[in-house]
Amino acid sequence: MDNLVWIFISALLVNNFVLAYFLGLCPFLGVSNSLETSFRLGLATIFVLLITALCSWFLNTYVLIYAPYLRLISFIVVIASTVQFIEMLIKKISPALFRAMGIFLPLITTNCAILGLAIFATNRGYGLVEGIVFALGAGIGFTLALLLLAGLREESELSDIPKLIEGIAMNLIIAGILSMAFMGFAGLFSAA
Amino acid sequence: MVRNENEAYETFIKGIWRDNPVFVQVLGMCPMLAVTNSAINAVAMGGATLFVLVGSSFLVASFKQWIPKQVRISGFIIIIATFVTVADYTLLALVPKVHKELGAFIPLIVANCMILGRQEAFASRNTVRLAVMDALGTSGGFMVALFSLGAIREILGNGSLFGVDLFGEHFEPWVIMILPPGGFLTLGLILLFFNWVTQQKDKFIEQVAEAERVATDG
Repeated sequence: MDNLVWIFISALLVNNFVLAYFLGLCPFLGVSNSLETSFRLGLATIFVLLITALCSWFLNTYVLIYAPYLRLISFIVVIASTVQFIEMLIKKISPALFRAMGIFLPLITTNCAILGLAIFATNRGYGLVEGIVFALGAGIGFTLALLLLAGLREESELSDIPKLIEGIAMNLIIAGILSMAFMGFAGLFSAA
Repeated sequence: MVRNENEAYETFIKGIWRDNPVFVQVLGMCPMLAVTNSAINAVAMGGATLFVLVGSSFLVASFKQWIPKQVRISGFIIIIATFVTVADYTLLALVPKVHKELGAFIPLIVANCMILGRQEAFASRNTVRLAVMDALGTSGGFMVALFSLGAIREILGNGSLFGVDLFGEHFEPWVIMILPPGGFLTLGLILLFFNWVTQQKDKFIEQVAEAERVATDG
C-alpha cells in the first residue's frame, strides 16, 4: 500500500512528467492558453494514460516476452488504435463527453507523455495495479502543470509585456520557474 | 542539373538556419530539454535523431507511390519506429553508458513531432535526393540546437565541456543549470536571443530599404 502511495505522489509532484521529465511539452506549450481547454485536455490525457497503462501491461505480459524487440512498434500501434476505437465508442455512447474531450484524443496519442509512460512502466517492472496508479499520478500531475501555466498565461495577457519576450520564450521561462518550485517537493520523501 | 544542385543545397541550409526545427518552429522539445544536461548526451541524441530522420525520409520518399493516402500517418510511424528500434539497440551495443543515461529518451524519438512532421510535409511529396537533403538539414539544425543547449548547460552547471574541466577548482558550479529548471530557462533565453536577432535584422532591412528609397527619390 505504501508503495502505491509513493508511486502516485512521485508521479504527481516529485517527478512531474512535464516539469521534471519534459514529457508532453508540445501540448503543454501549445494548448495552455486558456484554463478551460487545458482542463479538458488534461482530462483526456488522464483517460488516454489509463488506457496506455492497461495496454502496455497486457502487451508486456502476454506478447512481448516472446519478441522484446517489437516493443516500440507494438506499443505505438496498439495504443493508437485502442484510443481511436474508444473515441468512436464515446462518440456513440455519450456525445456530451465526446464534445468535452473528443477532439483531443487522437492528438494526445502522439504525445510523448503517453509513450513515455508505457516505457517507464516497463523499465521499472510495474504490475497492473502499480501501472494504473502511476498513470493516474502522471495524468493528474500533467493536468496540474497545464492548469498552472494556463492560469499564469491568462493573467499575463492582461499585463503589458515587451513584444520581444511574448510567446514561447516567456512560456518557457515561466515553466522554468514552475519547475524550480516543483523541485521543492523533492525533499518530501527523503525526510520521511 | 545546376538548378538541381542549388535546390538541394538550399533545402539543406534552410533546415539548419532559417527553418531551424527547434529555435524557429519549436518542434521536438521533449528530447531537446530532457537530454541536454551535458554536451556528450546532446551529441548522442543528435546522432540518433539524424540516423532515424535520414533513414525514414529515405524510405518514405522511395515508397511514396505505394503508401495509400488514408493510412500514410500510421505507415510513417511504423517506418520511424523501426529505425528507432535499430538506433536503440545499436547504441546499447556500442556505448552502453550513454544509452543508460539517455534512458527512455531514445525510444521516445518516435514521438518527436519534428520527424513525423518532415515526413508529412516534405519527404512524402519530394524526390529521394531532396528528401535526404532536407532530412540532413533538419537534423543538422536539431543537432546545432541540442549541442548549444547541452554545452551551455554543462559549462555553467558543471564547469566542464565533454567532461573536461574548464575553470579549475575555484569555479562554483551553477547546479540549477543541469537540473530540469535550467533546461527551460536556458531554452527560453536562447529563444529570446533569436527573437532579438530577427528583430534587429528586420529593422536593418527596413533601414536599408528606407535609405534606398531616399537615394532614388533624391
